[in-house]
Amino acid sequence: MGALVVIVAVVAAAYFLAPGPASDLVVVVPSADGHVGAVVVERDGKRTVVDQAYVASRGDDTVKMSEADVGKLFAEVRSSIPARPAVFQLYFIAGSDELTEESKGELTRMLEELKRRSAPDILVIGHTDTVGGLTENDRLSLARAERVRESFVAQGIPVERIHAAGRGKREPVVPTADNVDEPRNRRVEINVR
Amino acid sequence: MRWLVGLAAAVFAAACWANDVGEIKNVRGSVHVERDGKRVAAAPGMGVRQSDVVVTGADGSAGITFQDNSLLSVGPGSELAIEHYSFDSTTHAGRFDASLKKGTLGVVSGRIVKQSPEAMRVRTPTSIMGVRGTEFFVKVAEPGK
Repeated sequence: MGALVVIVAVVAAAYFLAPGPASDLVVVVPSADGHVGAVVVERDGKRTVVDQAYVASRGDDTVKMSEADVGKLFAEVRSSIPARPAVFQLYFIAGSDELTEESKGELTRMLEELKRRSAPDILVIGHTDTVGGLTENDRLSLARAERVRESFVAQGIPVERIHAAGRGKREPVVPTADNVDEPRNRRVEINVR
Repeated sequence: MRWLVGLAAAVFAAACWANDVGEIKNVRGSVHVERDGKRVAAAPGMGVRQSDVVVTGADGSAGITFQDNSLLSVGPGSELAIEHYSFDSTTHAGRFDASLKKGTLGVVSGRIVKQSPEAMRVRTPTSIMGVRGTEFFVKVAEPGK
């Protein structure tokens, strides 16, 4: 009886670690914040949703793997995932293009993050509050982002390493009704990647 | 005349920039990119474009960050084709189709998937994966084993 249990366990481990039957394997893992997403796997017209941590789909089988086995099977690929983008928020003194005191500190932290990364690039994303129309805010948010990009270029960061984007009023940090003057939503988000 | 040359260079640079959909951030071992029938050795900071194929040797691996913050990595002995990539940085609408011919792939999904679940698809020789979110790994079966 004991021998049978051992054999079953060995076969189960061998199934995933050894080269098996010719079918591709997909395994979902928790993200850095612990969230587990989902992948819909389609094979021969059949759809399977894989949405639990360390659960793998291979051929017709869905099997729970151990964290250690996933780590072994995907060691190199896991360690090669690029560093997660670092996110910084900059706020401006109302009616000016001057940063608030707090944001000047954020800018210093951003420059330190740049030094830590190999081949870093910067994404500057402008956001507005909900006052005004969609098109007008798209334009305003991009103008804010481009102004920040120019200031980075003036500080010696190569222009081709900085992208600017405008998100308009689509992504407020403080959700409000339309046409609400909310200073915390008038911001520029920086992603160092 | 110098002004004209400068203008041409600026237009050319802008055109190149517009074509890049992502950037290689790390490289280990032998890795190259196949583009328009040519093989270019991969290096950190190198742009990646639609239709590029990233190929790693037995000792190779690489990580790529895309415009929408999708993060992909390929392990040793892999071949990954960027079949389609479009992303609107204002609306976050887009589509990302990649194909893993062989080897291993790691994915952390980005803004395209956050905006429209399953707008990112990964194809392997036996499967099509619709990505609804965050992190997963894929391994293509080795034929004849």
